[in-house]
Amino acid sequence: MTTSLPKKIWIYFLLIVTSFLVFFPVMYAFLISFMTGPELLQGKFLPQSFSLDNYIKVFDRLPLLNYLLNSFIVSVSVMLGQLAVCSLAAYAFVFIQFKGRDFIFFLFISTMMIPWEATMIPNKFTIQKLDWLNTYQGLTLPFFALAFGTFLLRQHFKTIPKELHEASQIAGLSKFAFFRRVILPVSKTSLVTLGAYGFLTTWNMYLWPLLITTNKSVRTVQIGLKQLQSLETGTEWGVVMAGVIVVIIPTLLLLFLGQKQLQKGLTQGALK
Amino acid sequence: MTLLEKPGIWKRTANGRTALLYLLPSILLFSVFVFYPMFRTIYLSFFLTDQNGDAAIWVGFENYSYLLESTAFINSMKATGLFVLYTVPIGIILALFFALLANEKLRGIGFFRTVYSSTMGISVAASSVIWLFMFNPSMGMFNRLLSLLNLPQIQWLLDPQWALLSVSISTIWMNIGFSFLILLGGLQNIDEHLYESSRIDGAGYFYRLRRITLPMLSPTLFFIITISLINAFQSFGQIDILTQGGPSASTNLIVYSIYREAFINYQFGTASAQAVTLFIIILIVTILQFKLGERRVHYQ
Amino acid sequence: MSKSYDKQVDVISNINVTIEPGEFFVLVGPSGCGKSTMLRMIAGLETITSGTLKIGDQVANHLSPNKRDLSMVFQNYALYPHLTVQQNITFGLDVKKVKKAAQRERAAEVAKMLGLTDYLKRKPRELSGGQRQRVALARAIVSESPICLMDEPLSNLDAKLRAHMRTEIRRIQRKLGITMIYVTHDQVEAMTMGDRIMILHEGKIQQVGKPIDIYNNPANPFVATFIGSPPMNLAYSDVDKKASAIVIGDILRLPVPPEEVISIPEYQLIAGIRPEHLRPALKDTPEKDKLYVVVTNVEVLGNETVFSFKLGTNEWMAKWSGQWHIDIGDSIPILIDYGAFCLFEARTGDLIKKPTDLGNSVFGKEVLV
Repeated sequence: MTTSLPKKIWIYFLLIVTSFLVFFPVMYAFLISFMTGPELLQGKFLPQSFSLDNYIKVFDRLPLLNYLLNSFIVSVSVMLGQLAVCSLAAYAFVFIQFKGRDFIFFLFISTMMIPWEATMIPNKFTIQKLDWLNTYQGLTLPFFALAFGTFLLRQHFKTIPKELHEASQIAGLSKFAFFRRVILPVSKTSLVTLGAYGFLTTWNMYLWPLLITTNKSVRTVQIGLKQLQSLETGTEWGVVMAGVIVVIIPTLLLLFLGQKQLQKGLTQGALK
Repeated sequence: MTLLEKPGIWKRTANGRTALLYLLPSILLFSVFVFYPMFRTIYLSFFLTDQNGDAAIWVGFENYSYLLESTAFINSMKATGLFVLYTVPIGIILALFFALLANEKLRGIGFFRTVYSSTMGISVAASSVIWLFMFNPSMGMFNRLLSLLNLPQIQWLLDPQWALLSVSISTIWMNIGFSFLILLGGLQNIDEHLYESSRIDGAGYFYRLRRITLPMLSPTLFFIITISLINAFQSFGQIDILTQGGPSASTNLIVYSIYREAFINYQFGTASAQAVTLFIIILIVTILQFKLGERRVHYQ
Repeated sequence: MSKSYDKQVDVISNINVTIEPGEFFVLVGPSGCGKSTMLRMIAGLETITSGTLKIGDQVANHLSPNKRDLSMVFQNYALYPHLTVQQNITFGLDVKKVKKAAQRERAAEVAKMLGLTDYLKRKPRELSGGQRQRVALARAIVSESPICLMDEPLSNLDAKLRAHMRTEIRRIQRKLGITMIYVTHDQVEAMTMGDRIMILHEGKIQQVGKPIDIYNNPANPFVATFIGSPPMNLAYSDVDKKASAIVIGDILRLPVPPEEVISIPEYQLIAGIRPEHLRPALKDTPEKDKLYVVVTNVEVLGNETVFSFKLGTNEWMAKWSGQWHIDIGDSIPILIDYGAFCLFEARTGDLIKKPTDLGNSVFGKEVLV
């Protein structure tokens, strides 16, 4: 399709203005993260120098490295857990014929209607009774099973020709070997999508770590941000913003790398 | 027909048993962390509880009738309703507008797509901290902008009249990335030939938008509306960081209210009753969406 | 080795057939006739409701697919997209824990036979349709199973490639002496490839036999129209015993030799004749043997000419070899010979009269027409 030149200019204009507005808060935070207290008070827009003082300070002020590591461990565990649990379930739904499949499938759907926040009170006590407060398993295990993830993978598994299944039956492959040696490698793209989604949402999780962590041992960066923000007074905003930038870099990078994949995968999972 | 014994029950249920094995992790986790706590929440909502969250005194529907009479809860419901009304329609319209722009085939469009979707990669906590500073009465950029324009200063997060609006603005921004990504995906799934044939018929941009794009996009729109509604009802992080429910409870959204009731006031009974209310609201939203959606949405 | 088959369900019923070792056996029929289902039951991918399936002397009804010692080629080839050609070919061997060195050796050998040697490192998506087909074939051959099942393996190829692969598959099957069970909806494939073919329709066997026998002596009107292109011309007919004649389509009256007319029953019949047996009337043909027909459509194919005409309510076709200058609307004299007709009983569809032998033979250096 060809677009006329005036129309092109008009679209570029809109694109530039709106994307600037959308990205503004991030750029703003980035600039602030280099500013000293006095600069902030003067209301400057650009920092005088790009010194890393604030970044050094924020690692001093908080066990930020520790938090980053915690967040990373928690996010990777949830990601791997979700991939394993969801792909197993999706495989059963697509490739095994059994009685009650529709009923169990309905049960899975129904979990999407129960908001996590409505069940958080008993969940917190469950974790407490298991003595899992301030542990990685307490932070991660409840999120391993994910109806959305199961659907996403189920949609993809359904597009795998059933002849592949039959061909491996003739070759003598067991069900689990077929799952591991054929289904998983063939579905790499959806697994990557779900993995990125799982990592992103877990990294950004807020309420659950707030309930489950009471000390810094397994506390995640998001809670660290809240701490940072409430500890700092008046003029130390540069340090706070440095913390913010450090926390958002991993997920932004992930998003930039996987934007296309994520968009494709999520739309597919959502609509079929 | 000599050697043909009927396979026994053990053999016939083989598939069922294998399937169960594959589903077991999911079923187990869903039972422990979704179904059990849901029933437990409903159960607790009929009790007064002790400090450990165990049921102490049966009170029937008293927790609910207490909520219905409590001005705090009614305010919280009102605030939640307003918040949803502020954030969902504007958020989706903006995301749709960006998605339409970013769906044009132009040089460097990938860059713009990445920028629009970027807010999805920024956590609620991080976004809230950024916006907290932007709303800062003395140093934040909003008030600096106002003073540049010689307009009166606004106490964005401290003025009960503005607080909910301010939180809504920041929330719209946080959610735009995800909605954009989904809508762009939906737009790209539309068959190019439809546009080509309509061009041959001489249809203009807005005609195509109204007659092809929006109808073909309706399943995606339907999906993103549902998700956005549910997300809006579940907002918590931005409240906790920006306003803590204040000023004068004007931003005490339902999830924040549950959180405070349960983990600050230790009133697990009434908190559970609120949680059940949240569950029912979301259930109704989803069912309504499906009922309406079935009739109006154009599926391929 | 033998297979007996009985199944009493809607899809397939009363199938009873024995396939000889080393035979190229083709299952042919229109789509939905149950031929694929039957193949999949042999493979063990679908359960057999009743009846027995024997492979060799062993009852195989409840054997899992891999214990039946057979290989299968699928319509969409079912190549593993994440594996290279080499890995695809050796996949089954790997599952059976064949040694790596032996795997490579066998793969190389099969690849050479099929001209795939240069492509062993590629992924299936980098191959053309024909090459993918070869990989699927290679995968079946490399297993060295005595039985190979093929489910419409050529239907995704273009016409030229299809003709080429037909001969190639046939060649390999002869060379290796495998028993081949081949499913297709294409009667040309069935005719050209099969040692024997089985025609299925609505889950029932219509006819089993050598291709040429089926072409010449179709067991019923369905087979008559399914095999051969253009199909056999059919029309309802009645016998007039007093006049020793047969009335075809209420219009055409043909004399029947008196010794034959006795054996024709008196209920309604369907008469059928192959288009190539409707021959042009020659100059010295007596006028009473000529039938003038009005041409409704003509296709000149270079080496042959096919035209249609109306016989009563039926549209018939004639096929003459060579190029003929015929226009729509022309009235053409044709010669119809009673001997070339098949007769079927209208109610049951049974064949009651075969056409006389019309094949040509070569004796020594003389051609006999």
